[in-house]
Amino acid sequence: MVDVNQYQADRETAWCPGCGNFPLRTALADALAELDLKPEEVTMYTGIGQAAKMPHYIKVNGFNGLHGRSLPPALGMRVANPKMTVIVESGDGCSYGEGGNHILHNMRRNPDIIHLVHDNQIYGLTKGQASPTSVEELRTPVQTHGVNAEPLNPVQFAVGMKASFVARSSVGDREHLKEMIKEAKKHKGYALIDVFQPCVSFNKINTYQWYNKRVYKLEDHDPTDHAAAMKVAQEFGDKIPIGIIYREEKPTFRDRMPSLEDKALVERDVKVEDLKYLIDEFK
Amino acid sequence: MDFNIVIAGEAGQGLKTVEAMLTKTFSRHGYYLFSTKDYMSRVRGGHNFMQIRISDQKLEGPDEGIDLLLALNEESVEIHRAEMNEDGTILSEVESDKDEMVYIDAKGMAKEVNPRAVNTVFVGAAFKIMGLPTEQAKEAVKEHFAKKESVIDDNLELLKKGYQAVDQLYNLKDLGKKEDRMVIDGNSAVGLGALLGGLSYYTAYPMSPSTGILHYLAGKQEELGIVVEQSEDEIASINMALGGTYAGMRSMTGTSGGGLALMAEGIGLAGITETPIVVADVQRPGPATGLPTRTGQGDLLFAVNIAQDEFPLMVLAPKDQEDAVYQTFRALNLADKYQIPVIILSDQFIGDGSKTIPEIDTSEMKIERYLVDPAEVEGEYKRYKYTEDGISPRAYPGQLKDNIVLLDSDEHDEFAHIVEDGETRDKMVEKRNKKMEKLATEDLLEPEYTGPETADYILVGWGSTAGPLREGRKILSDEYQVGHLAFNDLWPLPTKTLEELAAGDAKLVFVENNAGAQFERLVRSETGIKADYNILKDNGRPFSGKEIYRRFKEEVSK
Repeated sequence: MVDVNQYQADRETAWCPGCGNFPLRTALADALAELDLKPEEVTMYTGIGQAAKMPHYIKVNGFNGLHGRSLPPALGMRVANPKMTVIVESGDGCSYGEGGNHILHNMRRNPDIIHLVHDNQIYGLTKGQASPTSVEELRTPVQTHGVNAEPLNPVQFAVGMKASFVARSSVGDREHLKEMIKEAKKHKGYALIDVFQPCVSFNKINTYQWYNKRVYKLEDHDPTDHAAAMKVAQEFGDKIPIGIIYREEKPTFRDRMPSLEDKALVERDVKVEDLKYLIDEFK
Repeated sequence: MDFNIVIAGEAGQGLKTVEAMLTKTFSRHGYYLFSTKDYMSRVRGGHNFMQIRISDQKLEGPDEGIDLLLALNEESVEIHRAEMNEDGTILSEVESDKDEMVYIDAKGMAKEVNPRAVNTVFVGAAFKIMGLPTEQAKEAVKEHFAKKESVIDDNLELLKKGYQAVDQLYNLKDLGKKEDRMVIDGNSAVGLGALLGGLSYYTAYPMSPSTGILHYLAGKQEELGIVVEQSEDEIASINMALGGTYAGMRSMTGTSGGGLALMAEGIGLAGITETPIVVADVQRPGPATGLPTRTGQGDLLFAVNIAQDEFPLMVLAPKDQEDAVYQTFRALNLADKYQIPVIILSDQFIGDGSKTIPEIDTSEMKIERYLVDPAEVEGEYKRYKYTEDGISPRAYPGQLKDNIVLLDSDEHDEFAHIVEDGETRDKMVEKRNKKMEKLATEDLLEPEYTGPETADYILVGWGSTAGPLREGRKILSDEYQVGHLAFNDLWPLPTKTLEELAAGDAKLVFVENNAGAQFERLVRSETGIKADYNILKDNGRPFSGKEIYRRFKEEVSK
């Protein structure tokens, strides 16, 4: 077990007091420490949003890139350095809205990545517009009469895509969240954890109380049973299950490149002399 | 001698195969060649043609007029008839009394052996007409069908049948294979330069006419142990490639104008995070979908101004296929040295065209990564440490013990943490701009000048117009004192040579494949120097040397 203080998970932040990101940060740091990982053994890729500021508020390698584009840069690490733990972290707008195309195709690729989505069902940093997961009743400066589209259920989408690990958690149960992160790390493949993380400033509907009334821990559920998982995935109303909803062991992005074996491409050290034979095919 | 062959037919008829076999064979007979592909945006039908120009002298561009037309379908005979040279020959399946027409019952002959190999009949006949022996052609056939041995014998038989079916009309001799030469198309050239440069990760989305780079590199994945990944869109392409660099691999992406448009924000990300990356733009006419399979030079100003706000960036345009190898290699080194994005502007003309070039000389080529030496990092690692030249020591995650590597797309301090204050912003902008100063003084290449010391006219071009302009200049030099200034590096703009020449009396004639005289506008905004004349072409086809001569006479020297 690594000393959790190495992660410096008490740094000053730009988050609002009471933000759901705080317990998320604590759960994350605790999980990484319990997994015996040192900060330099973890790389976090984020987009833009309050959630995406995480790599500044905890000590890990970080690529705080463009809005919606947290997944694409992460893929390269899987071939560059297979031993590095890769975490992609961003909000619901960044991951499911702007980043929609990338989440779809990376579920197909199944790289060994933990994807933590801070799902507060709103756009916080830009001050309160609806996100793909917002409930229909939510009124915002843009959605003045409520949201005019059905909310995305990311868990249902992921299970429908047969993403190899799909879980839901809540910052209201930090212990549960920590365990989900550890399970995601143990899983070889793409692991989505949609995390309820209330936005105390802008979302007056999906508050801590709102989640507490509905959230329940999944029991007696076989996550490897896809049909059962699809049923559970659709539950989103008076009762919302948290836990591992679907899990399947299948070839990862790396597994599908047998010529790579277990090479870390970052160690590839080639000289021009070794490569100049490539010229011969044009003679 | 100078002989121009055109192979024409419908898409799907196998023109590429004929062209590939002929190209290989002519090279092995010791000819210089220059080929261009003219094809439509479809997979079957329509009208496509390839031009192969061969000579015993070095070739720089395409020619006008056809000496030998291989018409694989009837329609091609009529389409190209007007371009035939006086002593030209049309080989086709059309029976005719006309002098230039040579008839061959290719389908009939092929039916008896292998109907799918009908084109090989044409190849065999073409060799007899030209007066070349078939030894090398036989080798080319064997190599081309190496993976499908069962058809080799069929093709060899049809090669012979075609040869025997016609008379010799010309006297092209075997010049003897030259060991120090090679033939390569521009897309493979970019790929080759990248591989020689140690490329480990290429992420791209298929887009004409850049897809050749993706295919070439993908074909080398397994043998080299590298990764070529097709991205889900071009926004993913650039972000994936940046992640590759961040992780410590030499990474690159490629596309055409429309894809470059999608990559814009990502290239800005490279700029502010100071992440080295090379982006190849194989240009075609736009905007939007434009002419997908044709050539142009219309992306210049877009590339130079690629993303919102300002950041250090390099844009260069290889002059031909040979240049494309060296410049791609160089781009990877410079991207690493200055931690900037480098955009390579190629185009369909050189991307899809093949040229005989001297064997690539790797003796001076050295891969330089410019990564930090971990021993030199003291205390907490500063990814954006302020330095004299603006370049901070670059590490990748996992490279430093007890230290992490952080990048951020927001404005940031030395530790990459998000800042908003004016003072740090000023310092960081200054730091990034300083890199451009160093690039301009240390590594920027002035354009290449060919011609008399005192010229009356100077043809000014960039990128792929170099070949046609070289040829055009030669033709013009019988009547005029004309020089040629060929730009490779475009941004930062090298201004020394230009300013010297502009100070003299020579008239500046800018030549480019776009309608808006983009390079002239760039030169004018950076130096105040104006063109005296602009020779522009924006219809998706390249210039030829003869065309330069004609347009000069029409538009300049009148």
